[in-house]
Amino acid sequence: MTNRLDTAGRIDRSKPISFRFNGKGYVGYQGDTIASALLANGVKVIGRSWKYHRARGFMGDGVEEANGLFQVQTGAKTIPNVRGTQAEIYEGLEFTSTNAWPNPNFDVLALFGKFSFMLPAGFYYKTFMWPAKLWMTYEHIIRKASGLGVAPKEQDTDHYEKTNEHCDVLVVGAGPSGIVAALHAARADARVLLVDEQSEMGGRLLSQNVQIEGNASSEWLRSALLELQAFENVTLLGRTTAFGYHDGNFVTAVQRLTDHLPESKQRGAREKVFRIRAKQVILATGAHERPIPFGYNDRAGVMLASAVSSYVVRYSAPLAKRAVVFTNNDGAYQTAIDLHRAGITVSAVVDSRSETNGDLPEIVRGLGIEVLTQSTVVKSKGGKSVTGAYVQSLSDDSKSLVGASRLFECDLIAVSGGWNPAIHLLAQSGGKVKWNDAKVCFEPDVVVQKQVSVGAANASFSLAEGLQEGAQAGDAAAKTLGFDPATNAAPKADSIKEQAIQPMWRVPYNADKPWDGPKQFVDFQNDVSVSDIYLAVREGFHSVEHVKRYTALGFGTDQGKTGNIVGMAILADALDKDIPSTGTTTFRPNYTPVTFGAVAGPDIDGTMFDPVRKTAIHQWHAEHGALFENVGQWHRPWYYPQGNETLQEAVNRECLATRNSVGIMDASTLGKIEIKGKDASKFLEMIYTNNWKKLAVGMARYGFMLGEDGMVMDDGVTVRLADDHFFMHTTTGGAASVMNWLEVWLQTEWPELEVFMTSVTDHWSTAAVVGPNSRKVVSSVVDGIDFDKDAFPFMGSRHGSIDGVPVWVNRISFSGELAYEVNVNANQGRHVWERLWAAGQPYDITAYGTETLHVLRAEKGYVIVGQDTDGSVSPEDLGMQWAMSKTKDYLGRRSLALQELRREDRKQFVGLLTVDPKIVLEEGGQILNEPAQQIPATMLGHVTSSYHSACLDRSIALALVRNGHKRQGETIYVSMNDGRTVPAVIGSTVFIDPKGERQNVA
Amino acid sequence: MLQLQCPFCGLRDESEFSFGGEAHIARPLEPDALSDEEWADYLFNRSNVKGFHREMWLHAAGCRQWFYAIRNTVSYEFTAFYRVGDPLPDLPNRSVPGAAK
Repeated sequence: MTNRLDTAGRIDRSKPISFRFNGKGYVGYQGDTIASALLANGVKVIGRSWKYHRARGFMGDGVEEANGLFQVQTGAKTIPNVRGTQAEIYEGLEFTSTNAWPNPNFDVLALFGKFSFMLPAGFYYKTFMWPAKLWMTYEHIIRKASGLGVAPKEQDTDHYEKTNEHCDVLVVGAGPSGIVAALHAARADARVLLVDEQSEMGGRLLSQNVQIEGNASSEWLRSALLELQAFENVTLLGRTTAFGYHDGNFVTAVQRLTDHLPESKQRGAREKVFRIRAKQVILATGAHERPIPFGYNDRAGVMLASAVSSYVVRYSAPLAKRAVVFTNNDGAYQTAIDLHRAGITVSAVVDSRSETNGDLPEIVRGLGIEVLTQSTVVKSKGGKSVTGAYVQSLSDDSKSLVGASRLFECDLIAVSGGWNPAIHLLAQSGGKVKWNDAKVCFEPDVVVQKQVSVGAANASFSLAEGLQEGAQAGDAAAKTLGFDPATNAAPKADSIKEQAIQPMWRVPYNADKPWDGPKQFVDFQNDVSVSDIYLAVREGFHSVEHVKRYTALGFGTDQGKTGNIVGMAILADALDKDIPSTGTTTFRPNYTPVTFGAVAGPDIDGTMFDPVRKTAIHQWHAEHGALFENVGQWHRPWYYPQGNETLQEAVNRECLATRNSVGIMDASTLGKIEIKGKDASKFLEMIYTNNWKKLAVGMARYGFMLGEDGMVMDDGVTVRLADDHFFMHTTTGGAASVMNWLEVWLQTEWPELEVFMTSVTDHWSTAAVVGPNSRKVVSSVVDGIDFDKDAFPFMGSRHGSIDGVPVWVNRISFSGELAYEVNVNANQGRHVWERLWAAGQPYDITAYGTETLHVLRAEKGYVIVGQDTDGSVSPEDLGMQWAMSKTKDYLGRRSLALQELRREDRKQFVGLLTVDPKIVLEEGGQILNEPAQQIPATMLGHVTSSYHSACLDRSIALALVRNGHKRQGETIYVSMNDGRTVPAVIGSTVFIDPKGERQNVA
Repeated sequence: MLQLQCPFCGLRDESEFSFGGEAHIARPLEPDALSDEEWADYLFNRSNVKGFHREMWLHAAGCRQWFYAIRNTVSYEFTAFYRVGDPLPDLPNRSVPGAAK
């Protein structure tokens, strides 16, 4: 370790820790972050920038870090883009730079930087507009060259948890004001939750040696935390980031439980998400220091002043031999003092203000450090890292440079352009911010939830103010909730006389062409420079949201925590507006990136996230070789291949067997709703398009359900079990939405109707036995039902039993064949299925799946709602006038008379037969009047269903075609994916048995 | 996440509910007496209030009852929850920031 002070700091020198960075071994101490350990080892260049591949070093010491991103750990446990300023080191830790090849000191793609004039803002939009087909090629190369870390390719092996938390007072941030707020609320007996993202609580106090209540701040911090830990009503969550602030004081936070431990010591969940409901929230989120753009301000060794103090004071890593401090406010003078105390020569403090009469500048002058007022660093000198700073004077109006530049040799430039309160959570909660001209920052203004901001988050940057506000907020929150806060005063800190900050957003190289000059970076992570913002404005992008998207300002994993406000100020200047009227971009969750594992929580194994529904017969299907398809959450048998059969071969066999003898299908997934009550038939009259009052008990009827807009919503067969008792079938996918639909009408529009509904989809197992031999099969196992063709007619419903188990049989058909649906309590579903299967053996009974079901119904022109319809199809478009009552009102009826629905050229449901019977059309294929048309072609509709029909030994298709009902016999052309068009003739939707005689088996 | 007071079950998280749009839009008793424009108005046009709004909610993952709420569409504040058939609670007589006059 080349760079470490002998004493002080918060590192434990008795606990050395070995780690590897880019394959090379290093040693740090317990208490180090990746950043402090690398800096202490003299490693300055740690990665390459996103676009230009410029060498970069750390700029910050915390969440704001834009450059120091690493790929941490390997294999399934790897995490991309970890901020090295926050990640703790542990024995055996391995990590690499995210964007450098082969390594950050020799990066092949740094060539991009040499040609940066060719890569301006909007470069992607400009370069890849044409030719469109080459985009895929470009994209591949660009994605490889740019971008950040790499997502893990393997299944995550870690465990993640979620938990709900409730508290009276949530305090976000354990800096001085957050700790005092928590103390005051806790002393009043409120239930307090204090979350902080760092490994240690204390915030900025960890990097300062100041006095609180007349004692060293480290002493005060230690006893305050001890007091908090002693409270039973206080929960302290370290390594926990509050990343989202939602409605109803609902705050989401993630705790990193094991990422700071060697693998051998990791136990339990890796991360835990807290879903916190807080009665009151105190935001003590602090502030982020911002840089001042100057020429080549991205060289390794240019850092934020507060970060420099942090590395020197907290981590005892002195960073440099000679430093220059560049500032527009008094805060950075503390950094000069900290550097001086650590034995580092401070060559100069460069201050853009003309006067510096505060207490801290006085101390700095007293130390013999040169203070240059009304001056600016114009550019850095050096190669990959800094070797000097060129300094020049500013004119009285600060709008130009005057005099000659002076070179100060240095290997560190500490910069402070002022502070931005961390208003992210406030903004997410719906709060508004306003610009404070005196403090040169956005600060909290309107608050819409039960919340208050304190300390630096409230633009109260001094320690004395922060402690005062924290105490007040803790007391006030407790009092609001009915607690009785004790009258204890806020802890005291010395107040320091300060000279006001003055805005300094960039170096005025050229008053006429403000975009001129050496590259000055605003957003380091996305390589956005001052000139990019001016370019965006010259090219017509004026809204801050547009400029953001054109230049990428504020994108990336840091979401512009350092660069955003600087960029907006420069934009305001370019637009000749003030900052408040230029505005900010929107702050959205998440505050920092959250892993997908944490979001998924314990559902990550894939089985709990989306429930799988299986029928009672599922295992039988699996044992008989079925392949399954997902229909909603259901797994339904798709087809049952035998041997090496293809899908088409299996479906051909299943179709022919069913039409020639008998097939069996699991129909259990159809939605089922029982409807009971004296007004049940009256209710159905309104829900369905056809008549229900006169339906005889023991009979079924097919019904159409429309939305109030007259469009087909669902269909199915409903059986009358008794005068006041109906059993409704819905489509498999529509079951839940139909139930909602029925409930909303019944509860809110016709609450006077005496009707009760229960969803019973899962209660019943249904086997559909289909084909000319189905009666022989079913009647041979079912007792108590007369299967005579007249005694048990089509659309009849009868009750009987199999082996003493009650079954309920409906003679209904979705194939045009004689067919019986045998329903039984789901617990006996497999038994009944196997009995039917055994009874069918003499007839070579064949199990079929959804694919054959679709072919069989298409051969008969039966609609599948959701496949042949799409929410813009009326029953008349389908040619279903027969199913619509003329003698009663029903939902959607009035809409059918609307002008739009009376148009004759609506898209209507027709059959299509290709001229070449071998060609199977593609579903979704567009329908044209001519074989070839200029693009954009006039599209007349599309193919909704298309299959090869084994029974007809040719292809068949169903389609929606403009004015199709009147175009029977005409030839149209269907476009195919390969660019061909295929001629087909419009005809009937019924391809087999148009008179419907097949189900009349004697 | 919002919290809603289901009139049947009590205070629950928003994730248990589904939203049903503007409340108290009665289905016309005689649809045929309406012109196309009037029927389309019933079908499609909603008041899109900026401010306090009567709306329907379903306790979908609970008692499955529809009920009504008054909510401020700007601040999302709920001021009343009531059942079908209950007398209508008054809309709060408060100004809403930014609401059209």
